[in-house]
Amino acid sequence: MKKAVVYLNQFFGQIGGEDVADHAPEIREEKVGAAMLYDQLLDAEVTHTVICGDNFMGSRTEEAVDTILGFLKDVDFDIFFAGPAFQAGRYGMACGEIGKAVKEEFDVPVISSMNIENPGVEVFKKDIYIFPGGHSAAKMRDDVKKMTDFGNKILNGEKLLPAEEEGYYKRGIRHQYFLEDKTPAYERAIDMLLKKINGEEFESELPIPELDRVEIAPAIEDLSEVTIALVTSGGIVPVDNPDKIQSASATRWGKYDISGMDKLENRDSGMFKTIHAGYDPAAADADPNVVVPVDAMRKYEEEGKIGKLHDYFYSTVGTGTTQKEAARMGKEIAQELQEANVQAVILTST
Amino acid sequence: MVKEIEKAGFTIVQMANLIPVAKTVGANRIVPTISIPYPLGDPSTSKEEQWELRYHRVGVALDALTTDIDEQKVFDVEV
Repeated sequence: MKKAVVYLNQFFGQIGGEDVADHAPEIREEKVGAAMLYDQLLDAEVTHTVICGDNFMGSRTEEAVDTILGFLKDVDFDIFFAGPAFQAGRYGMACGEIGKAVKEEFDVPVISSMNIENPGVEVFKKDIYIFPGGHSAAKMRDDVKKMTDFGNKILNGEKLLPAEEEGYYKRGIRHQYFLEDKTPAYERAIDMLLKKINGEEFESELPIPELDRVEIAPAIEDLSEVTIALVTSGGIVPVDNPDKIQSASATRWGKYDISGMDKLENRDSGMFKTIHAGYDPAAADADPNVVVPVDAMRKYEEEGKIGKLHDYFYSTVGTGTTQKEAARMGKEIAQELQEANVQAVILTST
Repeated sequence: MVKEIEKAGFTIVQMANLIPVAKTVGANRIVPTISIPYPLGDPSTSKEEQWELRYHRVGVALDALTTDIDEQKVFDVEV
């Protein structure tokens, strides 16, 4: 019987929620949580479950990866699964980081699953197999099924088809293979050319990946002449959340007056807190300046390093937020900044 | 958001913990923070240490705004 190892975060590994997102990596010689589902669906036995807190993997990546590779050194396994991570950004990044490392170190197939909006897709789709997944754990069974179906094909030595046909995100790897109908390249090229001339749709066999890059804005010559604004995706708002910004998948943003404030007073003082549902709020509620550094900016203002801290900071929540909504909110905030004659921006993200 | 604000012509620096995400999304000036729930001050350290770290890293971000770059750059921090 072939053997599999499954990687889960603190939540799916049944350690706990955000409060234990710092959980250090561990390995168990048993099937924990979702690992049982993998075991049922696979033509292999899941022998070990690796569990690591998302924040631990996000902030101490090298340490986490080294520790886990150390665990796996003496484990005999044929395939590695991570996730599914759904739309959870940190979990997706974690699955990608460890998946990539396991693939490089042990040269076994690594399979994960993430929603298209998960940043882990863009970062790691070239390194490991990532299948498109649902938004949340409600899709656990469907997502694991896709991963294990493909895993079984690999384990059983079946012929693997290109990404579009197998269903995983394109890795941008080009394989040489023979077409079923054996139409030679010159005929396909002429067909494509004719379609192009006739204004018909055609599909390139060598698609070039698109990179959406923005032109780099010029450096500010003299900061002491300019007004700088703070923007955050960390969900810091007045305690009553007057704009009713959503705690996840936000579509709204707010701007909040900080003129005359030396720093952001905290939740207990009835002033600012975080409504972000994607991280443990304890530290940000106790001192919102760790997310929106008004105190440090005031100090630089007082020292004359910067001209002025803009009278408002801008805030939304960046968890589960789609790229489309984030782009729209970014545009709207940029519009405001133009009207306010701001020249530069520090954006803090969590 | 970073990209849209930069597209509108503002010089912008992103302070982020997940550097690979900031890079992939397309931020051009990036300064690392220490964690997700407390980017600029670890609550298990003293108030003075938190302040020192925050003051330093915000300073690096400000300097990043005055730095000419011709490609994506992650700026070095000391504290």
